Amino acid sequence: MRYNERELLSLARQPAEKAAEIRMSVPKKGSVLKKRLVKLVVNFLFYFRTDEAEPIGALLLEHCRVTKEEENVFSISFIEEPERKYCFECATEEQCQEWVEALRRASYEFLRRSLIFYRNEIQKMTGKDPLEQYGISEEARFQLGAHRQ
Amino acid sequence: MKLNERSVAHYATCDSPADHAGFLRKRVERHHHHGTSYQRRWFVLKGNLLFYFEERESREPVGLVVLEGCTVELCEAAEEFAFAIRFDDAGARAYVLVADGQAAMEAWVKALSRASFDYMRLVVRELEKQLEEACKSLAACRKSPRRSSSSSRKRHLSNPALLPLQEKPTTLENGYSTWGSGGCVASGAACTDPDGGQTKPPPLPPRRRSAASSATGCPVPGLSPGLLESPVSPETICFSKLHNWYGQEIAVLRREWQERQKRGHP
Repeated sequence: MRYNERELLSLARQPAEKAAEIRMSVPKKGSVLKKRLVKLVVNFLFYFRTDEAEPIGALLLEHCRVTKEEENVFSISFIEEPERKYCFECATEEQCQEWVEALRRASYEFLRRSLIFYRNEIQKMTGKDPLEQYGISEEARFQLGAHRQ
Repeated sequence: MKLNERSVAHYATCDSPADHAGFLRKRVERHHHHGTSYQRRWFVLKGNLLFYFEERESREPVGLVVLEGCTVELCEAAEEFAFAIRFDDAGARAYVLVADGQAAMEAWVKALSRASFDYMRLVVRELEKQLEEACKSLAACRKSPRRSSSSSRKRHLSNPALLPLQEKPTTLENGYSTWGSGGCVASGAACTDPDGGQTKPPPLPPRRRSAASSATGCPVPGLSPGLLESPVSPETICFSKLHNWYGQEIAVLRREWQERQKRGHP
């Protein structure tokens, strides 16, 4: 699958939601935890060797499951391959919890559902659709429980 | 740079709703400019990701355009109904796409212009704030009979950081002026908020962590604990209500997805 790597690399250089040096392992046989610079930008998690400017890799954080594992450790896996886990060992339990929370909210899908939730609640409370003033009330993606195309 | 391509491809084809989809002709970039040709592809927009497939029924996308930071413009190409996705990066290629007609082109330009994360985040934060205000108004309402929702809306509208989007720009001679992918929404204020809450005035509320925030990634933990204990009881956003509401949607979606699987939906 082709993709615009250049733009993705550019995205990796943007200010991050969250960034830290965390020990990480990839779901490959014999993979060990290695210290990486891990950077969350929109719905991508980039990981770098600590002294390099260009990331080794990127994870799109859609349809992923973020699991708190043992102390200081969390993992990311994807819906269609739940056994393949990217593991992250944080310095502290607090840091671990912060990352779990941040990563669970990082997806576009999460944002979309938040929006639908708020819209619904506001509408129930005020009787008004808060999206109308933006001219986006009819957009397919903001309809409650919508399936399009 | 590695990318979790298998998972990305799965996301492209799974049943989660697309924000927009349709056939477009994509200009093929040739090195020696020996004429331009176009390939018809099936495009699917999900969030800030634009996938394209060889056929509508293809099981895997041929390609992906990450849309973050792009601008969408009408094109002066020889083709009618052409528009381009461009990036800031000098030397980055543009994606020139051609729609089937005026309506299709307009729909795509609109959808793509609003595809960035910043846009979504801005809207969500604005709604989060409105919900908080609505809760407060409701509490105030209990004391006085006057419905105060209109005043809270006025307060919001006067927030210069967030202008209502216009459906169409005022000049329509040669089509649209440039629609930035995030630029339409905020007027000059620093609207990108990637470092979690430190926006410029007028400020959007910073991400708040409350005791109620949970591992299920529930969307409203940002409301302060004080609000959760609001005396306005049927309308109180209490966690169990939230959880149930959230759970209902998931249950419905899951059922529908499972049914589609059974029917052999690709």
